[in-house]
Amino acid sequence: MSTTTTRDLARPASAKASPAKPRRGLRGSPTFNFWLFTGPFLIGLAIFVYAPILWSLWLSFFEARFTVTPDEFVGFENYAYMLTNDDFVGSLGTFTVFAAFIVPTTWALSLGLALLVNRLRFMRAFFRSVFFLPTAVSYVAASLIWKMSIFSGVRFGLMNTVLGWFGIDNIAWLIDPNPPWYWLVIVTARLWLQSGFYMILFIAALQNIPDELYEAAAIDGAKPGWQTFWYITLPQLRATSTAVILLLLVAAYQAFDEFFNLLSKTTWGRPPLMELYYKALGESQDYGAGSAGALILTVLICAVTLLQGKLMGFGRGDESK
Amino acid sequence: MSAMSNSNWDRRSVLRAAMGLAAAGGLAACGSNTGRAGGSGKTLVQMFHAYGEAGTEQAIKKYAKAYKEANVTTQWITSADFESKLFSTLLTDNAPDVFEFHPQIQMIKSGQVADLTDIIEPVKDDFNPADIQSHTVDGKIYGVRMIDDPQFFFYRKSMFEEAGVDVPTTLDELMEISAKLTTSKVKGLYIGNDLHNVNDTLIWSAGAQHLTENNEIAYHTDGVVEGLKKMRKLFTSGDLLLGAPTESWDPSSLNQGLCAIQFCGMWAMPQIQDALGDDWGIFPFPKVTDSGKQSVYNGGWSMFVNAKGKNVEAAKEYVKWLWIDQKEYQEDWATSYGFHIPPRASLAKEATKLKSGNAAEGVRLFNEFGHFDNIGWTQAMRTAMEDVWANCVRKDMDPEAALDKCDTAVNRELKKLFG
Repeated sequence: MSTTTTRDLARPASAKASPAKPRRGLRGSPTFNFWLFTGPFLIGLAIFVYAPILWSLWLSFFEARFTVTPDEFVGFENYAYMLTNDDFVGSLGTFTVFAAFIVPTTWALSLGLALLVNRLRFMRAFFRSVFFLPTAVSYVAASLIWKMSIFSGVRFGLMNTVLGWFGIDNIAWLIDPNPPWYWLVIVTARLWLQSGFYMILFIAALQNIPDELYEAAAIDGAKPGWQTFWYITLPQLRATSTAVILLLLVAAYQAFDEFFNLLSKTTWGRPPLMELYYKALGESQDYGAGSAGALILTVLICAVTLLQGKLMGFGRGDESK
Repeated sequence: MSAMSNSNWDRRSVLRAAMGLAAAGGLAACGSNTGRAGGSGKTLVQMFHAYGEAGTEQAIKKYAKAYKEANVTTQWITSADFESKLFSTLLTDNAPDVFEFHPQIQMIKSGQVADLTDIIEPVKDDFNPADIQSHTVDGKIYGVRMIDDPQFFFYRKSMFEEAGVDVPTTLDELMEISAKLTTSKVKGLYIGNDLHNVNDTLIWSAGAQHLTENNEIAYHTDGVVEGLKKMRKLFTSGDLLLGAPTESWDPSSLNQGLCAIQFCGMWAMPQIQDALGDDWGIFPFPKVTDSGKQSVYNGGWSMFVNAKGKNVEAAKEYVKWLWIDQKEYQEDWATSYGFHIPPRASLAKEATKLKSGNAAEGVRLFNEFGHFDNIGWTQAMRTAMEDVWANCVRKDMDPEAALDKCDTAVNRELKKLFG
């Protein structure tokens, strides 16, 4: 009430004597605005990301069992233990297999979906939503559906029922690791969950490709279909593809939920995070070794990300245009 | 349209209000459910894993409410890995004052559980001596046993008759009859999806122990290796129910006719009785080798007091009140929901529900073949043994190699615990 009147009065007087001036001056200052907008985020980042990382670093040099405030310094013993631990090193291998498979498949599937949806003349919004919807489903919920109804090992599980029509015996999808059917379960669950999101990214990128390029290509004699896709669409999607692959790699590194819920008490199919959880945070409560493992993993993720950025030119999007 | 533009709710204020709400919500969420918020007098938090039987949660809350000296709130943990949840919560300020678990020495060595000798000592003679022994380290008693839960096989008598088979006493016989009992609709045997419920009994039935008296490895014997090889054969035979919707602590697979034999615990008896009438019986884990003996795992749950809690004395008082003094509640807890054997002789004597039929047979198996927890066998060692089963029963690793790997892990733990 009174504020509005003061403001109206103060404005023409260039506010020399106005008490509101310093505040508005502060508000106008770019530095203040910078901190105003990034501050909460940075505080969160410091408290929830950097502080735990530093704490882990400290813990990793201590014998920290059943405590996060240890006092027995052990130097690099935890690092030596984790690096010579078959399970942890093996889990890095598991991750590589998983990433090598899931990244290209999701990339191809979401690009394919995007191309299909983008070509639709009608009901485009409907299909876009339908394919995007699984993104909103939690990994835990999806894992339970996959585990208990689709890939259940009993005769009335969906897949076993279908196989039963062809006279094939029941398969214990998630229990018996020979042959490793559990990969089928994990990969299909993840594909279903995440393809829709990346499809949206690709659709946005597809809509950004100027029509003139296609017209020019057509005039130059490029055949519609494969040739146009290979020489126009794909190169134009380069920046988006790189970003998608990077995001997929990070997501694969962070894989935990569906592995944890689908594969309980196994020694196989364990990505690094699950290995760390079991070895350190879960039942063994060895925070020293766990922190050492976490830092090894962090260093690896940084290295791979930087390397990938260098190879694929992420962040150089503007120049490559 | 004009109504909208006249509205005081411009975008900014709505956004601001929404952010304020979100922040308040976040703060409220942080503050809730610690059990320390307000209330008169002292407040205590107790943590339980979710029991499967109807009415158990209400019962625990009812007992807590009847306690006048403090305001006791209950955390009822439904997550599948109660251990992980408990262990990590114990490191924080939100740790429960009182919690149920099994006796494990690392919790004593790291000073997480309080010495309860003074509250148990006066009634020590009334407790099953094995339940006192399994909670004792260096003459101090660290937990109050609430219930003993023997675990064994439950089988369908009618299916046995139809297939013309008898109750097995050796592992070979168990494998044989599992094959005979398997039909296109019913699997012969269910021992859980991960098979880990019989880890301990296999060791005992092969005539071995987990650890020696001096806390050295005693499970790595030829008998155990032979047992693991047989289990691998059973696993690949097609006679095991695998990938069932419920875990084996839940009797549903047996009740719904998915299997003819299921490994489960005494607690499931009322549910099985309801579903199957008299068409069921029980038998212990069979002999693995000639030198072995049939065995039963006497599991169970005990009450512990968090030694690092803020109200250790009040927590001890509460544990004494409920699990030592209130015999009526103890009896209710042991026999009104699932069946459990009360660890106190005076209560076990009066538990009429456990005096007849299969329940009486369960008590007999508990006394005759039962083995209790070894307090030196910790969760990390359990996990190492579970890995052995994953590696050489579900996967095709050589049992010797799998046990060697387990030895390394167990020795690392033993070294840390006993030097």
